[in-house]
Amino acid sequence: MVNTTESAKENLDTTFMCKEGIKAGWPICLGYFPIGLAFGVLAQKAGLHPVEIGLMSLVVFAGSSQFVAVSMLSGGASTLSIVLTTLIINLRHLLMSSSLAGYLRSVDKIWTALFAYGVTDESFAVNLNRFQSSNWDWRRALVVNQTANLAWIVSSIVGAYGGQFIPAGTFGIDYALIAMFLCLLVFQLRGRLYALTALVAGALAVCFALLIPGNSYIVVASVLAASIGAVFRRRNVFND
Amino acid sequence: MIKSEYLLLVLGMGLVTYIPRWVPIFFLSRRQLPRWFAEWLDFIPVAILSALVFPELISGGSPRYLDLLRPQFIVAVPTFVFALKTRSLGGTVVTGMLLFWLAGKFM
Repeated sequence: MVNTTESAKENLDTTFMCKEGIKAGWPICLGYFPIGLAFGVLAQKAGLHPVEIGLMSLVVFAGSSQFVAVSMLSGGASTLSIVLTTLIINLRHLLMSSSLAGYLRSVDKIWTALFAYGVTDESFAVNLNRFQSSNWDWRRALVVNQTANLAWIVSSIVGAYGGQFIPAGTFGIDYALIAMFLCLLVFQLRGRLYALTALVAGALAVCFALLIPGNSYIVVASVLAASIGAVFRRRNVFND
Repeated sequence: MIKSEYLLLVLGMGLVTYIPRWVPIFFLSRRQLPRWFAEWLDFIPVAILSALVFPELISGGSPRYLDLLRPQFIVAVPTFVFALKTRSLGGTVVTGMLLFWLAGKFM
């Protein structure tokens, strides 16, 4: 009994939770750094002030759409067209937040509102795996989100001030996020049906990526592949 | 200082990015999901991860074209095996980076 109360106390200790969140989130930060730097450099070349660049990273916090926005800005696009493009690029988060929602029951609305701000491809993948495999909770997940957020904002501002002086491709850092996604994908292969879904999603995503410009291939391929997986489960094909 | 038009742009982008992140959490975390929907959601993570990573590995350029010999893909094979064998996230990230760095030197 003493042990359980002590571990429960430790579980809620803020410093301990921050440490656990940062431990889970460091691969994201590593991966964000070169991308944030590159974003800062490009945005600065497009004529934005470091303060404006940091503001976009703070308010939007969505890498690919920020790159697109900056290139549209330098091409003279209208505010409305940039905002609409951003909406389309970031619609995929609907799916990620839907998957995470089940783990955020009975969490206060204010905290879920803050949590939602930090849902990215990367934080989603890391947190979902933790939720599935350990006694992860929303506080630790929030630390993951906000640590990644900080890395993104800082790296884009650093990039704005002098990113061009940092050599590209140092130590293969550009591969950090791909390697992270590969490993998290491995964690998700929890049976033959999941492996089949992964193969279908990958094949469809590549086909759509080659056929349609933009990144809508992510949503289309994921929805189709997950539906095939769910139908197969209902019909007891490959169940294990 | 920051122009009001730019401020409007950033706020607009922030809003349309935030809404899809927030709406499902707000509505779905407070109710029991229908069984078919929960089953479908169970396949979403594996599908999304695969859909995110595969095009990065074997297609590139703008407009995109298929390229099975990209270093990203060649390095992905041993990185994937490493992840399968060790199930270590940190180890996989460092191994992947190292292999990609070496691939850049020799390819």
